[in-house]
Amino acid sequence: MQKPELTRFEQTVLPHLDAAYNLARWLTGNEHDAEDVVQESYLRAVKFFRGFHGESARPWLLAIVRNTCYTWLRRNRMDEPTTELDDSTQVIDPSSANPESILLAAARTELVRQALEALPPGFREIVILRELEGMSYKEIADIASIPVGTVMSRLARARARLQKLLSEPDLTEARA
Amino acid sequence: MICREVQELIHGYVDGELDLVRNLEMERHFHECPACSGAHERLRTVQSAITTGAPYFRPPSGLESRLRSRLREAAEVDADPPRARHTWQWVGIAAAVLIAALTITVTTRHPAGVELLAQDVVASHVRSLMAAHLTDVPSTDQHTIKPWFNGKLDFSPSVGNFAGQGFPLTGGRLDYLDNRPVAALVYRRRQHIINLFVWPARNQSDSTVRQTELQGYHLLYWTKAGMTYWAASDLNPAELQELVSLVNGL
Repeated sequence: MQKPELTRFEQTVLPHLDAAYNLARWLTGNEHDAEDVVQESYLRAVKFFRGFHGESARPWLLAIVRNTCYTWLRRNRMDEPTTELDDSTQVIDPSSANPESILLAAARTELVRQALEALPPGFREIVILRELEGMSYKEIADIASIPVGTVMSRLARARARLQKLLSEPDLTEARA
Repeated sequence: MICREVQELIHGYVDGELDLVRNLEMERHFHECPACSGAHERLRTVQSAITTGAPYFRPPSGLESRLRSRLREAAEVDADPPRARHTWQWVGIAAAVLIAALTITVTTRHPAGVELLAQDVVASHVRSLMAAHLTDVPSTDQHTIKPWFNGKLDFSPSVGNFAGQGFPLTGGRLDYLDNRPVAALVYRRRQHIINLFVWPARNQSDSTVRQTELQGYHLLYWTKAGMTYWAASDLNPAELQELVSLVNGL
């Protein structure tokens, strides 16, 4: 790679380091692995950079981070079940949840974090991209290579699950 | 709007993904229906619990500079004398050809794959009708739509406007099917919307037009001149077949 090309890469792709790290941290579950995944992702990104022509760099980079995370998860977590919320399951009826208890839970960051970590990665990533990165369904669909309709249905199932988890007053005990 | 439709669209609503008309219909419904309005309130609460309660993890302070130096190293290795690289390039090309050959044998489509693909086609069709995403490029002009796909797809779909035959083209959209980006062309027949999905075929040989039905939608699919086509609509199969003949006549 020529120097000007590397400079262009650093200017376009490095500013999205925060988003890359946040996604990797949520998907791998710890700082050390998140850092490894981010480094590997950037090294892959720089190789593919020739094929990148001025679209938005953030979704492009996040797609690479996501794939690197999954390769990493497959290598390191063969034993973990990954599909406890499959696309075909019915949405849990959330009518019993009451807004006050959800609000109380929100005040406790730890509870929200645990609830998100309890989601399978395929659902967690969509919540992170939507709620923390503010990405559109279309951008998320591009990153995860799934139809826009699947983005919406996964988001619906993930939120129903989160609503239930956050309405339970003692999540920590329930999970223990 | 009835409650069932509102429930289906409620996530699109809180995420700002609906068009103006549907937004207003949703708001009107919330005014009239305490059950749906309660569901909406709970959903907003969950959403704000996540946005305010979930930590946004910041990278450790040294990571950016570590990355910069690793990128420089990688760039230097890559810029090695060209002769050394040549041999490896040939090895790379040979390997790529071999992998491509293997992939083709492995990915020859299983009938169950068609079933799954049909479900994805219907899901994409249904969502395209609901959200504000029927078209990315709203145009009745094939000469606007065709260039729009350039750079977004690694192939160039043939785009025809059959307004004269009662199938006006209303736009194009980028979608995902079969694990790849595909072109979606949107046609109308009276009040019916037809999504025509096009992408390069895995199996190059032409096939006859096959038909299936899923969730009340008619699907016609075929392969012609190296392209796979799926047409999805609530239009009756006989008229849908007319569009297929027009597309195949291009």
